[in-house]
Amino acid sequence: MRIVVGSGSCGIAAGAQKVYNALEALLSSESSAELGVTGCIGMCYLEPIVDLYEGSDLKARLVKVSEKDAENIVKAAESGDLSLVEGITITAEDETFLSQQTRIALRHCGVIDPTQIEDYISADGYKAIEKVLKEMTPEEVIEVIKTSGLAGRGGAGFPTWFKWNAARQSKGDEKYLICNADEGDPGAFMDRAVIESDPHNLIEGMLIGAYAIGAKEAVVYVRAEYPLAIKRLENAIAQAKAKGLLGQNILGTDFSCEMRIKAGAGAFVCGEETALIESLEGSRGMPRLKPPFPAQCGYWQKPSNINNVETFANVPWILLNGGEAFAAMGTENSKGTKVFALTGKIKKGGLVEIPMGMTLREVIYNIGGGIKDNKEFKAVQMGGPSGGCIPKELLDTVIDYKALGATGAIMGSGGMVVMDESTCMVSMAKFFLDFTAKESCGKCVPCRIGTKRMLEILTRITKGEGKEGDVELLEELCEAIKDGALCGLGQTAPNPVLTTIRYFRDEYEAHISEKKCPAHECADLISYEIDKETCRGCTLCAKKCPVSAIEGSLKNPHIIDNNKCIKCGQCKTVCKFGAVKTI
Amino acid sequence: MNCCCGLEQSDLSLLAPVLSEYKDTKGSLITILQKAQDIYGYLPTDVIYHVAEKTGNTPAKVMGVATFYTQFRLQPVGKYLIMLCQGTACHVNGSERIEAAICEELGIKDGETTADGLFTLKCVACLGCCSLSPVMMINEETYGSLTPEKAISILSDLREKAGDKQ
Repeated sequence: MRIVVGSGSCGIAAGAQKVYNALEALLSSESSAELGVTGCIGMCYLEPIVDLYEGSDLKARLVKVSEKDAENIVKAAESGDLSLVEGITITAEDETFLSQQTRIALRHCGVIDPTQIEDYISADGYKAIEKVLKEMTPEEVIEVIKTSGLAGRGGAGFPTWFKWNAARQSKGDEKYLICNADEGDPGAFMDRAVIESDPHNLIEGMLIGAYAIGAKEAVVYVRAEYPLAIKRLENAIAQAKAKGLLGQNILGTDFSCEMRIKAGAGAFVCGEETALIESLEGSRGMPRLKPPFPAQCGYWQKPSNINNVETFANVPWILLNGGEAFAAMGTENSKGTKVFALTGKIKKGGLVEIPMGMTLREVIYNIGGGIKDNKEFKAVQMGGPSGGCIPKELLDTVIDYKALGATGAIMGSGGMVVMDESTCMVSMAKFFLDFTAKESCGKCVPCRIGTKRMLEILTRITKGEGKEGDVELLEELCEAIKDGALCGLGQTAPNPVLTTIRYFRDEYEAHISEKKCPAHECADLISYEIDKETCRGCTLCAKKCPVSAIEGSLKNPHIIDNNKCIKCGQCKTVCKFGAVKTI
Repeated sequence: MNCCCGLEQSDLSLLAPVLSEYKDTKGSLITILQKAQDIYGYLPTDVIYHVAEKTGNTPAKVMGVATFYTQFRLQPVGKYLIMLCQGTACHVNGSERIEAAICEELGIKDGETTADGLFTLKCVACLGCCSLSPVMMINEETYGSLTPEKAISILSDLREKAGDKQ
């Protein structure tokens, strides 16, 4: 049997490399078992994951594997006796995490070996580009994309065919195709998974795009924080070149295209397309005024087209299966599937690809298994710093650009962070404003000063220093920033504040008028108390208190001195009897 | 052009291969600075002036780029660079408490280095290991599902390890 270790970044962080090393050390050259790697399987909550294959049949999926399991895994793979690994085999219930998904962009993730071009080719890889180059005109390619209804997966949801067509129509021989892999949204890792797990799919999608718009040069702008993605993509580009799939006269046709990687240097604003272009040119990543749009005047002032990784990842599938097949999935105005990074207070966190039109409830409860520790669902954050929080009442909202937009949030690039009753929504808004205020490039005043003022107000509110009229002032600032900011970062920065005010206004009011944090999160607005009845006098809390604010003797109820208490919450964490209450 | 402060004396010859490879390719400034940081561990002032001179940029333009992106450091970092994730999932799962615990344990704030040169703390945007949140990365090694106590014990272990080697 073949032993395959899931080796995406999160798998490795969870210990996949150690497992791989342990397996490698045990396998002798005479062993009948082989060892290989694959990318991200997407079930982050079960990492590290090891699969056992017989040919192309998955015989067993082993989860939460540790180095100690290596010996049994090797024995099982050599003998075929799967009872040896029964204890770590995935449960039927966990298998539903994947069986409820529809994978297009992620179709090869966790299946093929991302370091081997042959694996991709044997999974119908590079067939779409061959068909395109030998049988189709660029206009026909654009027509197929138009039929598919594919829209930009980076967040804004602009029709892909329209951008391609605009770049195609622009005058000039020198055109550029750029892939935006600067996935800066905190809480999102879809694009990283695609590059790490299926880099050739991205290359093929980009080649098709380059052919459609008439570009001879393609650049992938990858976030510097993704070293493994960069390494795997570099390797894939070299393999594709060696096979004549990149470079001059690709597949013996007249079409030539070079591809290179540019590593970003850490700036969220570079996800905005004109800022990304500035960064590609070696300058500070500050957005340009639009128009002119990149399709007319982009990289080095030449017509350029920029798409997100997931958008390109869908393209080869669409060309092979037809635009109609893609458009058959989804809703009237949102076609195909969308990948989400499901995280936060969720039982089963990971990568989820579902057809548009599924409800948030289905994703969170059916696929994600509901809320951690069976707590109460409070809100789901979508779209990161540009998006918003969607409350419980709207859990049946369908995943669709228009429906999500109506809630005040956005589809976004795919971050889906689930929050439970212990998350303070004012603090959440503050968290995002802190992020955008730091990441604002400073070019335009509404964003540079506006986000800072909003952050100051939110900080004041969470400290219990909020004043009557603060919420109204925030709303006024939000509108001004939305209208006045130069680029998407500033224009959408108010969204986290606006949605939390819209759905959780009572929480803002409680902070301001009653000086209370209903979620018991804001340290300045809570205090701890030990329940005399429940306390057994074990003295553990007193020992752990870093400022010696707890007094009491063995077997007698303890008391917290609130004048000394720094509200670190240690006592509550360590108490085995649940005697420490937050009030 | 000489370094204006005169404090830093970097071996500029180390950068020569990088400059000869990239100086004529337009738009390579960020790449050159990334390679320079790989060599020196940070961007010393004299290196910034040197890059400016060799690439035909003003020192202000190079400094502007170096200060715009979070990847670039103008100060040397400690032996252990702690990158504490501040992504949304980590925030929801209590990264603020981890930060407070680390700051108290080491007596430094975000962006600072301990006096013994052992630890530098840097709060970063998402590291993308959301299912292990809260997470920190120390010199390529990822530590997940942190609690304040767990974070402190990891730091103590590293401190001991560094002590043993000396």
